[in-house]
Amino acid sequence: MPVERVAGVHTGRGSGADAEEEVRRGILVTTLEKAVNWARKQSMWPVTFGLACCAIEMMSAGAGNYDLARWGMEIFRASPRQSDLMIVAGRLSQKMAPVLRQVYDQMPEPKWVISMGVCASAGGMFTNYAVVQGVDTIVPVDVYVPGCPPRPEMLMYGILTLHEKVRTQGHLK
Amino acid sequence: MNPPELLEGLRRRFPDVQAARGEATVVVERSGLLEALAYLKDERDLSFDLLSDLTASDWPGRFPRYWLAYHLLSLEHRHRVRVKVGLAEDDATAPTVTGAYPTANWFEREVYDFYGVTFQGHPDLRRIIMPDDWEGYPLRKDYALGGVGTQYKGAFIPPVDERNA
Amino acid sequence: MAATGVREETMIINMGPQHPSTHGVLRLVLELDGETVVSARPVVGYLHTGIEKNCEWRSWQQGVAFVTRMDYLSPFHNEMAYCLAVERLLGIEVPERARVIRVMLCELNRVASHLVWLATTALELGAISVMLYGFRERELILDIFEMASGLRMNHAYMRVGGLAMDLPDGATDLVRDFLGQMPGRIHEYEDLLSANPIWLERTRGVGYLSPRDAVALGATGPIIRGSGIDYDVRRTTPYGGYEDYEFDVPVLPDGDCYARYVVRMEEMKQSLWIVEQCLERLPDGPVKVDDPKIRFPGDLRVGPDGIGNSEQYVRHIMEESMEALINHFKLVTQGIRVPPGEVYQAVESPRGELGYYVVSDGTPRPYRVHVRDPSFANLQSLPLMVEGGLVADVVACTASVDPVMGGVDR
Repeated sequence: MPVERVAGVHTGRGSGADAEEEVRRGILVTTLEKAVNWARKQSMWPVTFGLACCAIEMMSAGAGNYDLARWGMEIFRASPRQSDLMIVAGRLSQKMAPVLRQVYDQMPEPKWVISMGVCASAGGMFTNYAVVQGVDTIVPVDVYVPGCPPRPEMLMYGILTLHEKVRTQGHLK
Repeated sequence: MNPPELLEGLRRRFPDVQAARGEATVVVERSGLLEALAYLKDERDLSFDLLSDLTASDWPGRFPRYWLAYHLLSLEHRHRVRVKVGLAEDDATAPTVTGAYPTANWFEREVYDFYGVTFQGHPDLRRIIMPDDWEGYPLRKDYALGGVGTQYKGAFIPPVDERNA
Repeated sequence: MAATGVREETMIINMGPQHPSTHGVLRLVLELDGETVVSARPVVGYLHTGIEKNCEWRSWQQGVAFVTRMDYLSPFHNEMAYCLAVERLLGIEVPERARVIRVMLCELNRVASHLVWLATTALELGAISVMLYGFRERELILDIFEMASGLRMNHAYMRVGGLAMDLPDGATDLVRDFLGQMPGRIHEYEDLLSANPIWLERTRGVGYLSPRDAVALGATGPIIRGSGIDYDVRRTTPYGGYEDYEFDVPVLPDGDCYARYVVRMEEMKQSLWIVEQCLERLPDGPVKVDDPKIRFPGDLRVGPDGIGNSEQYVRHIMEESMEALINHFKLVTQGIRVPPGEVYQAVESPRGELGYYVVSDGTPRPYRVHVRDPSFANLQSLPLMVEGGLVADVVACTASVDPVMGGVDR
């Protein structure tokens, strides 16, 4: 699958011994950062937040045919405190919105959100009083996966895009 | 579909029985509702023992405004009937049928939630689907559909109930 | 108690709405005395989508796209019930080929839905490999659906007046291949589970529901058939051609989770038998009703513009007939007109009686579409099954009720 590779490497600036020291420290931090980002993306554990039809496609993506275990993601942790990815799969109703925020707040940093399906991304075909028109009004979203419901391959592409994002743009805090 | 004997049996007891598209509809007054349902359940040739559905529809501008519809099924005789009751706008309340059909518990809560029709004698009448502090009764015709407009590349499309198509 | 100064209280535990075992966003408020459930109250509404109100603002044909997403594990049953209801209001009959294909797709959908039920139930009760097997078989069925309608789920393939398009070539062969493979797989599941001591421990005698309570609480489908009452809408009030097919309706008197499991496994086998009969009697012919005021042109051939239009049809409306153009214009902008009236159409979905109460006032938009979802009524029987039992049995009972919250909350 073609993925864009974004170059994002620190370059130390300076002169003389300080510069050398800084460069050495910069390289150490960079290498450590690369290693940490690689580890984070290699085994991102999703929290079970399947709501509606997209949840079934998410389960299909996790099952045998479109195996998510290839990327270390087959364990869907039930507890948000043990996970770092939330895939909001399905339409978010007004009653469920505070629950979403609560679960998101309980996840430890660093955390990412994939909004799966058009209902989660923008309200979908349900522009009415009952559906929140896009979960990005409640939680910050990293990747939007459109579709109604998106095929498991589309969800996998969204996950791989997120992996690339983490690999290249993740920051050591 | 319903045999003619069913219609005959219903017409013997109820004055207002309509038959259309293979279905029988009995229209009763609110005061006679519980009695009518008891008759439909106990009478041996009718024996409607399963309440399939209980719902309402809103006809603003007409009198009565709210029409409750009870769909009953007889497991033994394999026929169905619909019982309709009209409720006025300023008196939107009906007796509960949870005594005869306990399944009506959630159905009546749903009608209350969406239309504001109260049921006297209901053990636990509160909202079931909307959040507990929601204001308004969504399925009434004077309640807006809601939703936001869509803005994309300079074009704006209003929500569904505000479009002129 | 007072002498030793020990104070006893019950504990209130909230299960859900975000929970791995509640089959969607169901919230259960459990009051526990140790491990025993004193009371259980389901709280629903976390997936409310306003579909019923949305249907009132869309045309009749667009309603199919909405209702198919209600009970998302059996979309074809939703579509079938809605289309049958509107067709009864219109007073039309669809062609025979469309009827047979509809029955075939509904029965395949029943198998797919029961496979998801089996997969998730087994996962929750600990038999994790069955989860993978269930989804593996379901992929075979979804391939058939994708070939017919273009989508794996939420198809909007059945339309008012027939089907959107005819089955492509090769679809019946795919169905035949599936029919060859599936009975062996069902046998595999039964070998794994039906005599498994752990499975029996967790489902036998658990979640008992008496027949009187089932009828009183309006529980239909495998729940009422697992409690001994023979109620199947396909047999009691047949619809859509089911009176012409031979099939058995499994009924067990035990009333526990194991009985419902056996009922659903048997139903899968019966559904495969019905699909076989459908393939045998599939006639040639049109799949849409012949009335130009209802039949939406759907013969799509990808043309040079890449969008897809039947050149023949476009030539007909643009060059040959002015009335056809006006008709097409009205169909696309307004939709079909349905005479005033009301109708209640019930079908047997994998969860029970799915009923559609459709009211029309003569305009191109529905006036009221109410859906009697089986899971909405079935969930009312959950407290009765669970109270007095252990907490672990709550999971087994919820799984055997098989609620789909999209239908409960609509």
